[in-house]
Amino acid sequence: MLKNLVKKTEFYVALVILVIALLIHVRSGAFFQTNNILDILNASVVPGLFTVSTFMIILSGGMDISFPAIAALTSYVTVDVLNSINYEGSMVLIFVMAAVLGALCGLVNAFFIASLNLPPLIVTLGTQSVYRGLLQGALNAQQINMLPPAMGKFARASVYTAEDPVTGATSHLPAGFIIFVAVVILAYFILYRTMFGRGVYAIGGDLVSAERAGFNVLAIRYFLYIFSGIVAGITGIVRSSMNQMVHPTNLFGIEMTIIAGVILGGASLVGGKGSLLGALLGMFLLTMVQNSMLLLGIPGYWQTFFVGLVIILGISITSYRNLVAADKAKTLRDKSKEELVNE
Amino acid sequence: MKKRKADMSEYILRVKDIVKSFVGVKALQGVSLDIKKGEVHCLAGENGSGKSTLIKIVSGVYEKDSGTIEIDGEIQSNLTPIKAIRSGVQVIYQDFSVFPNLTVYENIAFNSELMDNRILANKNRFRQIAQEAVEKINFNVDLDAIVGDLSVADKQLVAISRALINNAKLIIMDEPTTALTQNEVKALFKRINDLKDQGISILFVSHKLDEVFEISDRFTIFRNGQNVFTGPTSELDNESFSYFMTNRKFQETPYEGKPQDEEMLRVENLTSEGEFYNINFSLNKGEILGIAGLLGSGRTELALSLFGMNEPDKGKIYIKNNEVEFKDVADSIEHGLGYVPEDRLTEGLFLEQSIGLNIVAANLPNLSGTMDTIDGEATENEITTWIDNLSIKVADPKLPVQTLSGGNQQRVVLGKWLATKPDVLILNGPTVGVDIGSKHDIHTILKELAEEGLAIIIISDDIPELITLSSRILLMRDGQINEEINSAETSVAELTEKISLDIDQVV
Amino acid sequence: MSNKDTNIVQEESRKFFKDASFWRLAIILVALIIIFTVYNPEGFMSIANFQSMSYQLPEFGLMAYGVMLTMIAGGIDLAVVGMANLSAIISAIVMLRLAESVSEPVAIIVAVLVGLLVGTLCGAFNGLLVSRLNVPAMLATLGSHQLFTGIGLVITQGSGISRLPAGYSTTGRMLILDLIPISVIIFIIITAALAFQLNKTKFGQELYLVGSNYEAAKFSGINNYNVLTRAHTMSGLLSAVAGLIMLANYNSAKPDYGTAYTMQTILIVVLGGVSPAGGFGKIGGIVLSILILQVSSSGLNMFSSISNFYRQLIWGLVLLLVLGFNFLRNYMNEKRIAKAGKTAAETETE
Repeated sequence: MLKNLVKKTEFYVALVILVIALLIHVRSGAFFQTNNILDILNASVVPGLFTVSTFMIILSGGMDISFPAIAALTSYVTVDVLNSINYEGSMVLIFVMAAVLGALCGLVNAFFIASLNLPPLIVTLGTQSVYRGLLQGALNAQQINMLPPAMGKFARASVYTAEDPVTGATSHLPAGFIIFVAVVILAYFILYRTMFGRGVYAIGGDLVSAERAGFNVLAIRYFLYIFSGIVAGITGIVRSSMNQMVHPTNLFGIEMTIIAGVILGGASLVGGKGSLLGALLGMFLLTMVQNSMLLLGIPGYWQTFFVGLVIILGISITSYRNLVAADKAKTLRDKSKEELVNE
Repeated sequence: MKKRKADMSEYILRVKDIVKSFVGVKALQGVSLDIKKGEVHCLAGENGSGKSTLIKIVSGVYEKDSGTIEIDGEIQSNLTPIKAIRSGVQVIYQDFSVFPNLTVYENIAFNSELMDNRILANKNRFRQIAQEAVEKINFNVDLDAIVGDLSVADKQLVAISRALINNAKLIIMDEPTTALTQNEVKALFKRINDLKDQGISILFVSHKLDEVFEISDRFTIFRNGQNVFTGPTSELDNESFSYFMTNRKFQETPYEGKPQDEEMLRVENLTSEGEFYNINFSLNKGEILGIAGLLGSGRTELALSLFGMNEPDKGKIYIKNNEVEFKDVADSIEHGLGYVPEDRLTEGLFLEQSIGLNIVAANLPNLSGTMDTIDGEATENEITTWIDNLSIKVADPKLPVQTLSGGNQQRVVLGKWLATKPDVLILNGPTVGVDIGSKHDIHTILKELAEEGLAIIIISDDIPELITLSSRILLMRDGQINEEINSAETSVAELTEKISLDIDQVV
Repeated sequence: MSNKDTNIVQEESRKFFKDASFWRLAIILVALIIIFTVYNPEGFMSIANFQSMSYQLPEFGLMAYGVMLTMIAGGIDLAVVGMANLSAIISAIVMLRLAESVSEPVAIIVAVLVGLLVGTLCGAFNGLLVSRLNVPAMLATLGSHQLFTGIGLVITQGSGISRLPAGYSTTGRMLILDLIPISVIIFIIITAALAFQLNKTKFGQELYLVGSNYEAAKFSGINNYNVLTRAHTMSGLLSAVAGLIMLANYNSAKPDYGTAYTMQTILIVVLGGVSPAGGFGKIGGIVLSILILQVSSSGLNMFSSISNFYRQLIWGLVLLLVLGFNFLRNYMNEKRIAKAGKTAAETETE
């Protein structure tokens, strides 16, 4: 029964996406053009990557709001260090370096959350502050406009290009999209095809039971936060490449949108429930709305308001449905019991 | 090979002279326990007697200080949970340790897959493992169902099925009947007997008298971390059992107080769709009324409606002949109702808060005056009064209530309600999880209260309790009052049969 | 059995905590004051420094009280900064509009009342989400913070509001007896009122009970909805007062003022001994930890090489250290008691 409910959440989110897309199309006439679709997919790469790791953490009953700070810190350090040695090598080292730095940041989160068993929100609020402080205080980070050449090449590499027949403007599906798809496939495989991934669901359902069943709870929780750090590191590089600059602060605040998307997609904030597909759909809905505001001629300062509104509406509807579902489940349970008795 | 080994020892488990101490308390002072192959053995003892500690040592959760453990003829020196499982010991915890968010087949298959160090998750294999496991105990369940949606009894069966796939030779069940109704217990016992026939030993940990007698071949009783009895069930009777458990002798006398003429509560045609229908009864001052019935018969729902938790759809409630309608719980408290809930820990107590605050928790409106200010002196008085009246053993009322024993905790809950000076007190399972000594004391308190004029409703699965305390018993079935029984004219056996009537046809 | 053991441990640690934590905070505070005084006696121990500290302290101190109330109730309030800014913005707009038509004092009074109303409504909105719709407080307030900030951005079209009537800032920064800023007086009065509420009123006791066990509170006839809504509403009101003080201090309102305060308020509340799981926390500890933060903040100002951004780093580290310290203390306590127990048991055997 619950399975159906989760399916429904995804179905509804998809439906809302379609309805909003149609509305935007009617208002602007431009939504379903290949260029616009590509632009939205393009804009989904960064939030999409963040969504994957955040979803996995929320699924385990945890929370991480430090990933934008990790992304900003690791991409800055990576680019700054490589610039200082005039690095002209391939993209691989850049990604590896950022990923390793991200893993270290994630390890700190994991230590406090998994080993010391402290509340994840408060811990990552603290580490977020530390990572930002390191970046802006200790490193005195400024915007970097000169990137290693490989990052420029990576940004220009395109999987698919579309040209608007009227204006002649072109839109690309960047190579970063491949990374996004790869991470999604990896996460999907881990979550649904390995015992480790089932362990994430198990921990979200009941941590003590997971321990008793023989899951290595500590390892799984460490993995989740380190994985989030790695994804943040990679995402920071992808984003810097796409923007052709490293900016110390312009990722801050995105954590809200990401968490909102995950919750909109049907994940339960106490863990154990939700699907990767739902989370990605939720993220896509928010990205689409944000991206289409320009198309509709709404000034940029409305964006925060809209995201906030969608979050509040989304969680209210989800919570309301949970309340109703809990009521229903209770009656059903009692009913089935009575039926058993009556048989 | 296996067979020879089995012949080697008659016992699946032999523990000898186990000592274990914690933080200043010597939990086990050299206890021993032998379990034969294919027997149902009962380990009994009051709360704090050391039963749970021994279980945790046998299952490898705790390390023993000294003593020996022999499982299936092999001495185990450094027992870990995994080692214990590998050698055939499985524990079914009181909370069943299931994953409410996952399917039945995953819940069953996870353990053995993890034991086999599997890396990949394979749904088909999960399902196959689960199918085999449920077939072993003839458990009819939808493998794709989410465990959180199952009944308590079914959750337990999921846990039992899970225990069986790892070639369990000894299944330890920790208080397995606590959350079950009479009929579910019957069904469980049937399954336990099947397991016994398959040569599997069961260690049944309980302090519910009547049940353990029925199922157990042999008994071991602990008191204060020491063995006080080991032997076949036939050597025990109710009286000696209670004596071994508590070192005290009890004489349960029925409540003999006469209900007074004044009517306190009357219910007319009370109906709540899907829960209960056309309930009619009245309750006089100084009367104790029992309500019996299965889980889901509507008994708890009826109590909650009387207590202002759920609004009934139809019907009328009269208190002292005045029709009332409760907006909420506070409203019903104000009208003189009190309710001791089913689950003491989650619904009755604020475990980390002080004993004092727990006692006045439901009485804050009466203790506060203008601008919500709490009258400190009155509060102190109230707290000391109830600690004295109910003889709750406390060092300091400022200590958190979780430092008390189960029996004393239940008295705190009782005190919380008596502090509101109720006219009608509803108790739902008043002695669940309370040891014999405290149970006896609580019964005495209830009888005294009724004699002083309190009108009491007791909802319970404990049939002897209902018969001793109440003068009339309402039997609820399918949300309706099926029969009104005069306690003096019935027996435990008859009433048990009446309640279980329907399920026998199912099993 | 195991329950019993942990009980003893918890009880021990709680006793230890109750007595020791207040004094520990007091010692930290005194130590900090001594260090900074020794380092720079004229700079730190000057009336000017104390006045500048007291202008800033009520801003985040009042918001910390809001977080405290909601955390005792078992939740959290991450929207305090959003509510403070929105109240200040709307109040500023009302003030500017009214100043065109009515006298300045009237405009200011009405604007202040409107600002307080806005904060109260925002808090009540959070309270409704948390109580009626059963949204986890963390998520509800994380979202509503975004919403309130968004409304502020839309109203101000992304910029700030300044050039307020001169009287507002002068009144708001007025010194009582030429010494103490009026905002500090307000802060002290509110502190006293809160201390009274938490310790001596029905609401205070109910707040602890709801935070400690929601279900049991329901079964005790406590109206959980009201208690939660009230805690959040009070948090909104406190934030509005903080916002109005900020408005006077900066003589302007902006949707992104005080963004670092969210982190700071949680640090204060956790440092001050409120349990993130709810049910515990005393105002005395919070007051000390507000003072500690303000003193360290001013002390850090004396080191010119430490930029503002460093402060984030330091606050974050302190939060992690406090969390780690709490963990270590519990762990050591358990060990200590376990050891004592073992020796006791051994002697008993002999």
